[in-house]
Amino acid sequence: MRRSLTIVALLASLTSVAQAADPSGEAVYQRWCAPCHAPGPGHPGTQSLEMKYGGKTPAVLLDRTDLTPQIVSTFVRQGVLLMAPFRKTEITDAELTALAAFVARNYKK
Amino acid sequence: MSIPPNVSPTAFNTALNAWRKAVGPEWVFTSDEAVALYRDAYSPYYGEPEERVASAAVAPASVEQVQAVVRIANQHRIPLYPISTGRNLAYGGSAPVYSGSVVLDLKRMNRVLEVNERNAYALVEPGVSYFDLYEHIQKAKLDVWIDPPDPGWGSVIGNALDGGGGWTAYPFRDHFAAHCGMEVVLANGEIVRTGMGALPNSKSWQQSRWGFGPWVDGLFRQSNFGVVTKMGFYLMPRPEALISATVTTMRDEDIVPMLDVLNLLENQVVVNGSTQIFGGGRGPAGSAAWGIQVPIYGPEKVIRAQMDYAKAKFAAIPGLNIVESEMLRTPLTPEQMARVRLVNFGIPNLSTFALLGRNPGNPDPAGGHIGFSPIVPRTGESLLEFKRFYNENLSKVTGGENLNIQGPVYMTCWERTLVCLIMFPIGRDKALNAKMRRAFEGWVKLAAERGWAEYRAPAAFQDLIAETYSYNNHSLRKLRETLKDAIDPNGIISAGRYGVWPKHLRKA
Repeated sequence: MRRSLTIVALLASLTSVAQAADPSGEAVYQRWCAPCHAPGPGHPGTQSLEMKYGGKTPAVLLDRTDLTPQIVSTFVRQGVLLMAPFRKTEITDAELTALAAFVARNYKK
Repeated sequence: MSIPPNVSPTAFNTALNAWRKAVGPEWVFTSDEAVALYRDAYSPYYGEPEERVASAAVAPASVEQVQAVVRIANQHRIPLYPISTGRNLAYGGSAPVYSGSVVLDLKRMNRVLEVNERNAYALVEPGVSYFDLYEHIQKAKLDVWIDPPDPGWGSVIGNALDGGGGWTAYPFRDHFAAHCGMEVVLANGEIVRTGMGALPNSKSWQQSRWGFGPWVDGLFRQSNFGVVTKMGFYLMPRPEALISATVTTMRDEDIVPMLDVLNLLENQVVVNGSTQIFGGGRGPAGSAAWGIQVPIYGPEKVIRAQMDYAKAKFAAIPGLNIVESEMLRTPLTPEQMARVRLVNFGIPNLSTFALLGRNPGNPDPAGGHIGFSPIVPRTGESLLEFKRFYNENLSKVTGGENLNIQGPVYMTCWERTLVCLIMFPIGRDKALNAKMRRAFEGWVKLAAERGWAEYRAPAAFQDLIAETYSYNNHSLRKLRETLKDAIDPNGIISAGRYGVWPKHLRKA
C-alpha cells in the first residue's frame, strides 16, 4: 500500500514536472485563442480576419500555413486592434513557445 | 526599468529582492518587455506622457504571498495596484491609476474554492475567470448557472468589485449585489473576513452576507482600501426555461407608458430577465420607434402565467405590437445554442468582440473603445430627455466632427435605472484619441448639469467623474479620504482609484 502510494506520488510529480517543462501548445490554444479564433460565427478573431483577407488567406488561425512561431509570439505579446496583449501570468514564456509551435505547425516556407 | 514615484532606487531594489524571495524570482517582472504587457491597450492616452503605466509587477499565488508582498510595499512606501485577471478592458485593463505603481497581479490565484449546488453559491479567488468557474461547474456536473458579463475572460471577483454586471436573471446580474462574504488583505498585511466569515469556523460565510455589526463590504467596491483575495457569490439554480416577448411601437411617446409597465413588471419580479430597449430612431426607416425585449426565467408553467400577465399589462397600451418567442427549455440543444445569445444562458464567451471589432458594419475599426454611461431615472420622460440631450449636444462635444461615436444605448440591465451608454472608439491615433477625450469630458460635464453621472469609468476620467459627485462641498469624497487615511495610512494601495487619493498625493 505504502509502495503504491509512493509510486502514485512519484508519477504525479513527474507529470507535473513534465507539464511545467513541456506545456501543451494545443491546450494553451484552446484556453486562450479558440474563444476568438475558432471556426464559425461568434468568433471575433475569425470574423476580423475574414474581412481583412477576403478569403485570400484562411480566416481560421489553425488553417494557416504562413504563420511562423515568431509571428504568433509577436501577436500574443503585442496584441492587435482590440486584442490586448497577453501577460506572462496568463501565458508563460514556456507556454508561448509551445503555443507558437502548435499554431505554426503547418508552416510552409 | 522604471522606479515608482517618490521611491529611492535603493528602497525599490530592496523591495524587489524581498518580493522575489516571497513569490519566486520568476514572478517579479521588471524588464521593459514584461512590464509593457501591463499597459492598457484601450488607454485614451496610449503612447502619450499622461498614459498610466506600471513600473513593475508582482504575481503572488496565495493569500500568504499577498500578505508578504503588501507588507514589503508598506514598509518601503511603494504604490501597489492590484488586478485580478487584468482584462478590465475599456476601464483601464491591467494598468494602474497612479503611474509608476507596481501591479499586484492576482491572476495566479485561480482556485475555485467551493461550488455548493444545494445552497447555490461559489467561493473563488481573484484570478478565476467566468470561463474557469463555468468549466469547473460543467466538469463537476453541478446544476447551477453563473451570470457571465459580455467577455468571459474577466475575473468573477474583479468584475464585481469594479461594478460590472451580466445577462441572466435578477438578482444575479448586479455582480457586487450578488456577492456574499469576502476576504481582504489590508495595507498592513492583516487578513479580514467580512460578514459571517469573521466567525472562526463559520459555516455560513456564503449564505448570510450581513454578519453582525456594521457591514463593510461596500468599502472594497471601486476602491483602494484593501486587496480582496476571496469572494463568495450567489449562483442561480438552472432555470427550467426561458420565454421572451418583444413589444414594439411606431410612436415615440409610447416609451413613457411602456417603461412604466416594464418597471412595474420588474419591480414585482414578474419579469426577471435582462430586458433590453431598442429603437430610438437608430433603426432603418420604417422600423419601430421603440421596442423592449422582455425575458422571463423559471419553471415552464410558472413563466407561462407570468408572460400572460406581462402581455396583458402591455396590451393595455393601445397600438403596441407584442410578439412572443418560443419557450426555450434548458439545457439547450446544440442547435438552440448556435442561435441564442449564450450569456443569457449563463455560458461565457467572447462573441461581444465581434460587435466591437472589425465587422461588416465597421470594416476599419480604431482598435479599442471606452464608454460613458450615466445613470438616468427609469422613466420614459427621462429617456426622451436624454435622447434630446444627446442630439442637441453631440456637435458641441465633437466640435462638429464625425468621430464615429456610437450611442446612446438605453440599457435596462440594472434594476430601477436606465444606463445611457455612449461609446468612443480608441486607437493609436493620438490626435483622434485627444478628440475622444474632449468629447468624453464634455459629456461628463453636460450630463452632471442635468443630474446624471457615470457609474464606472476608465482611469483617465475617474477624477473628473468623482468631482461631479460634489454634494455638500464634496462631503462624500472627504469621508472616503478620512477612511483611506485610517485604513491605508501610507497610501500604498491603488492610489487614485475612483478618485480616492492618499494624503500625500492629494491636490491642495
